[in-house]
Amino acid sequence: MDTFFQQFINGLSLGAIYALIALGYTMVYGVLRLINFAHGDVYMLGAFAGYYIANALNMDANPSILGAIAVTMGAMAICAVIGILIERLAYRPVRHHPRLTSLITAIGVSLLLEYGGQVVFGATPRFFPQMIRSQVYAVGGVQITNQNLLIIVVSVIVMFGLEYIVHQTRIGKAMRATSFNLPVAKLMGINTDFVIAFTFALGSALAAAGGVMVALAIPRIDPLMGLMTGLKAFVAAVLGGIGNIPGAMLGGMLIGLMETWIGATAYSTYRDAVAFAVLILILLFRPAGILGTSVTEKV
Amino acid sequence: MKSHRLFVLSVVMLAAAIACERRPGTSGSATSTGDIPVGMYGSLTGDGASFGQSSVEGAQLAVEELNNSGGLLGGRKIKLLVEDDQSKPDEASNAVTKLITQDKVVAVLGEVASRRSLAAGPVCQKYQTPMISPASTNERVTAIGDYIFRVCFIDPFQGEVLAKFAYNDLKARKVAVLKDVQQDYSVGLTEAIQKTFGTLGGEVLPPVSYSSGDADFKAILTQVRAQKPDAMFVTGYYPEAAIIVRQARELGMKIPILGGDGWVGDALKNGREALANCFISNHYSGDNPDPVVQNFVKTYRAKFNREPDSIAALGYDAAKVLAAAITSSNSTEGPKVRDALAKADVPGVTGRLKMNPNRNVDKPAVIQELMFADGNVKYVYRTTINPN
Amino acid sequence: MSPARKVVSIAVTLAALAALNYIFEYGFGDFYINPYYARIINLIGINITLAVSLNLINGMAGQFSIGHAGFMAVGGYTATYLTVYHGRQIAEIFGRSLTDPVGSSIVMIPSLIAGALAAAVAGLFVGIPSLRLKGDYLAIVTLGFSEIIRVIILNIPAVGGATGFTDAIPITNFFWIFLMAILTIVITRNIGTSTFGRALFAIRSDEIAAEAMGIDTTRYKVMAFVISAALAGVAGGLSGQLFANPLNPQNLNFVRSIEVIVMIVLGGIGSITGAVVGATTLTILPEALRSFDQQFPGLRMVIYALLLILLMIFRPQGLLGRRELNLSWLRRRQRKDGSVLA
Repeated sequence: MDTFFQQFINGLSLGAIYALIALGYTMVYGVLRLINFAHGDVYMLGAFAGYYIANALNMDANPSILGAIAVTMGAMAICAVIGILIERLAYRPVRHHPRLTSLITAIGVSLLLEYGGQVVFGATPRFFPQMIRSQVYAVGGVQITNQNLLIIVVSVIVMFGLEYIVHQTRIGKAMRATSFNLPVAKLMGINTDFVIAFTFALGSALAAAGGVMVALAIPRIDPLMGLMTGLKAFVAAVLGGIGNIPGAMLGGMLIGLMETWIGATAYSTYRDAVAFAVLILILLFRPAGILGTSVTEKV
Repeated sequence: MKSHRLFVLSVVMLAAAIACERRPGTSGSATSTGDIPVGMYGSLTGDGASFGQSSVEGAQLAVEELNNSGGLLGGRKIKLLVEDDQSKPDEASNAVTKLITQDKVVAVLGEVASRRSLAAGPVCQKYQTPMISPASTNERVTAIGDYIFRVCFIDPFQGEVLAKFAYNDLKARKVAVLKDVQQDYSVGLTEAIQKTFGTLGGEVLPPVSYSSGDADFKAILTQVRAQKPDAMFVTGYYPEAAIIVRQARELGMKIPILGGDGWVGDALKNGREALANCFISNHYSGDNPDPVVQNFVKTYRAKFNREPDSIAALGYDAAKVLAAAITSSNSTEGPKVRDALAKADVPGVTGRLKMNPNRNVDKPAVIQELMFADGNVKYVYRTTINPN
Repeated sequence: MSPARKVVSIAVTLAALAALNYIFEYGFGDFYINPYYARIINLIGINITLAVSLNLINGMAGQFSIGHAGFMAVGGYTATYLTVYHGRQIAEIFGRSLTDPVGSSIVMIPSLIAGALAAAVAGLFVGIPSLRLKGDYLAIVTLGFSEIIRVIILNIPAVGGATGFTDAIPITNFFWIFLMAILTIVITRNIGTSTFGRALFAIRSDEIAAEAMGIDTTRYKVMAFVISAALAGVAGGLSGQLFANPLNPQNLNFVRSIEVIVMIVLGGIGSITGAVVGATTLTILPEALRSFDQQFPGLRMVIYALLLILLMIFRPQGLLGRRELNLSWLRRRQRKDGSVLA
């Protein structure tokens, strides 16, 4: 039973990471109907940004909560700017082209960030300084570290925060309007370019936060770290219903738990494929994802 | 229908015409003056990039040293031509084919990953160009043909070393193995450990898999913990090993953890205090007071601003052994260099480089105990195990 | 074309291929084909098959499939498995061995057929969800299948696992590669001018309208997947059995699928000629940029990514758009009275 709970906690922590990144995917898709393949790589950039800031602040020698917050804020700010830049330079020119074109552009940006990262940062993995000393709490037979707790707590807070923004603020209303019907939103006086830029900034900031927090728990960072994780997070977003914020959270947790539980069985070698298998199964029965709403197309 | 066929055929014939050239002489790469071209292929991009870059850096350091001290064959400088294979086996073959047929290299250094060595090796064998792999540990690499050599351990040997140490020295009877299913090094080493440990009479629990690039191992470690092994092997490379060790300790696992030479790398320090009670088999130790090793570590550090890892040391040795063979055969012709390589006996950074009849080196392995102090990993010598 | 002319034209094609193959393998007199260029030409041929087959789904049917590498893997591994474990027996039935050119060609036939069939079954599995899934969702499912296939292969020791299928016997040669490339082009072109093709174009333009017009969209989409997958499987079988070119699950991942997509996008989605042009260009380009790579390692791939983005921004229809190669102007000139032959 101990093992079951331990695996449950493990699955939640892993799932929380996927959820954080999935939230960004789902927001951008909701507004632009674009699968931002580069999102996983923004997560990687966030980790690297945090790495450089943390080293500049000499965090390895003096770890502190305040420093950790500063690093996270810094990384989020940098990635928000990067997100806006990507949108402005790569996605806006192709916004009115067919979907396939924007998709391929997104793939191009993703490749650019990955290979560019290998050139600029070098391919060798770096290690992130320990900003908060690791503490293990043993509850019953279950071990959980403070970093894992942090990740889970932060993603839940972020999810509620996002829901609040989207449903209770004006900018959120603008986002919803833009995702519903862009041309009409424009007619209604909404500055859609600003809304889109804002969405990207927000999503990228979230990915950056995810990157820094993950680097806390697992300090190894390299330019290709966003590839697989980003892909699985995207699967999580689709699983929960793309465009749906609680869905992204749910999807992330599900994928994390499934992966952990399969990893614990004799089929552990197939772990990577689990996310996709789960996705395909669910999509067969609920084509719009678990919490997704099917949009009936008017002819 | 016809127009497309015609189009394709005529384009191909045109291409064939362009690609036509006079046959070269029988020993393709004999040159008598000027720079000696030596080819190297490795992963400079893609998921194998960190090891590929290390191996290239080691080789570059060796070539620089050799050129600065007068070059080979009466003052001729070595020109190291490096090609990227993007971590793909088919690209590796492309790169090697180009190096041999276009650049007419005397010999080829590479690759680190066995799967890429296995892919491109046949090309070297076909064109009678010696190939020296710095770090491919799969047995089958040198079995490709008599032009293929290596300067590293082979999996069976290292597995034997580790299994014996665990059984005899640590008195382990039931062990768990974590293998990186994406790295043939890890898969091969795992099989070797299973075989030897089983022969010694111990029990090896079914290996548990992870993938390079994985960041979270709590799930599999929890399962392993539940099976209560006496020791655990982690047969992959240092980026994951560091994290696995840390997470294992976080889960309260205090058993000894063992690994192979793949653990040696800068990023191992991620493991921090968790590295206590860990052991690795190695051929290379940065702490080895032998001047050959110390000189290498110093010059590498000065040139690249980093501590060298085991792969860099092997790249260095591969280049050195090739240089020795060229010198002793007094030639740049493939078959003659090959014969000289087969008889090579050179003191390398990673041990004595003497080719056995299978074109592998019989180096003893050392077992080192790991410790973390002053922000760095310390490798403490424990024992030596000789090949039998 | 009359049956007699058809037979002659096929015979001529085969003869030309065989002759070229001989030159590639053995050269003539004092000359030979530089092995490096020969290898690139062979790779171009394989990529042509891949690109043109993908064009069937992405270009003609307008579906978005990013799992082509999976079909290549299934077909490739099946074909290679057959040759490695049963090739000798098959060759012996005909009194030949695997090492002589005729023997290896004889084994190639069942090998490729097996690969094509296996990949076709995979195509069936992927095509069927298309009943309920559209657009982006279908894309993700194709990606998912391709990754699942990859992970399964990674765990099968009999075909090499992570090391790759290095036991493969190199029976692929120029003849087979370009025969299959031409066959793929012929098949796709024929589909394009048939009722089947017209249904695909209708689906591409507006799936709902096509359904309303009575076209069984699922049936045609599944057929497109099956045929496309079978051809990709053939490409896989050819690729895996090329000298020094073992199949490896690590490299039959979604990055590989994307590379094939870029080929058809570069040439122009929907155009067979475009796919050929794209495949050729993108096989040659990384090799041509090698010297650049010497100076600035890693920059080559960065430039590749940048080119992709710029291409999408400035010329999303690719080099040829939807246009095809049209040699009818040659025949037009031959007619004295100025009338045009179709």
